[in-house]
Amino acid sequence: MADFLFYAFAALTLGSALMVALHRNAVDAALSLFLTFFGMAGLFVLLEAYFLAILQVLVYAGAVVVLFAFIVMLLDVDANKRRPIGKFAKVAAGISLALLGTGVLWLFHKNQLSGPALPLEASGSALKTYGRQLFTTYLLPMQVAGFLLLIAMIGVIAISKKSKAADAAEESRS
Amino acid sequence: MTISLNAFLIVAGLLFAIGFFGVLLRYNTLVLYMCLELMLNATTLALVAFSRFNGTPDGNTFVFFIITVAAAEVAVGLAIIVQLYRRRGTVQVDELTALKD
Repeated sequence: MADFLFYAFAALTLGSALMVALHRNAVDAALSLFLTFFGMAGLFVLLEAYFLAILQVLVYAGAVVVLFAFIVMLLDVDANKRRPIGKFAKVAAGISLALLGTGVLWLFHKNQLSGPALPLEASGSALKTYGRQLFTTYLLPMQVAGFLLLIAMIGVIAISKKSKAADAAEESRS
Repeated sequence: MTISLNAFLIVAGLLFAIGFFGVLLRYNTLVLYMCLELMLNATTLALVAFSRFNGTPDGNTFVFFIITVAAAEVAVGLAIIVQLYRRRGTVQVDELTALKD
């Protein structure tokens, strides 16, 4: 059963990731991104990282994808510009995908990483473990992360405020 | 559960490869940004898998911080893209050549 779920979620993740990279419409790419994050959350559940699975759905599939979809619709970039992809970009992307893909497959088929056949008891599943770790070993990173979020919030407000230069550029275009 | 560590790492590696593929292929800055998120997620998956099969919770805690930083990064990046669109009227990378000329 777990095997089947793994293959299903892996196929969902990789397939919708391909859709993100290939879909011409940015809105559809954003929706495929949602599916990718959902598949990732499923893989996290299989790895018994339940807290991270919930966090993945809340933060990525919830906030990040909604932000992406919102910006895509706000900018409306698809309506005016839909151009063919350059030949050079196609070749470069295809070669890099082939190289990276075969590299990964070859690496993990050739030398199997030795882990315990049946994994140890999951240490990341309990919320208590997180709490203890975050407030003892990783107390300073925790504070820094909180401060980083504050800085990011202030930065976003400062960046997205309408400035005079942007207004002038907008007026000169219209 | 009979899925090996290798299977998870293969999925993570392929996800990273697909993200890289998208970054090279696409011209739309927003889609480029989505593909960057894919690459970040691939590393996250590898970290969680390593952490699970190592039996220590540290990898999961790192992923917690990665998600925090990624949320901040997405917010700032999208604000920059919006501002870029306001000033230049486009988000296609082949039209943003102010530093080239």
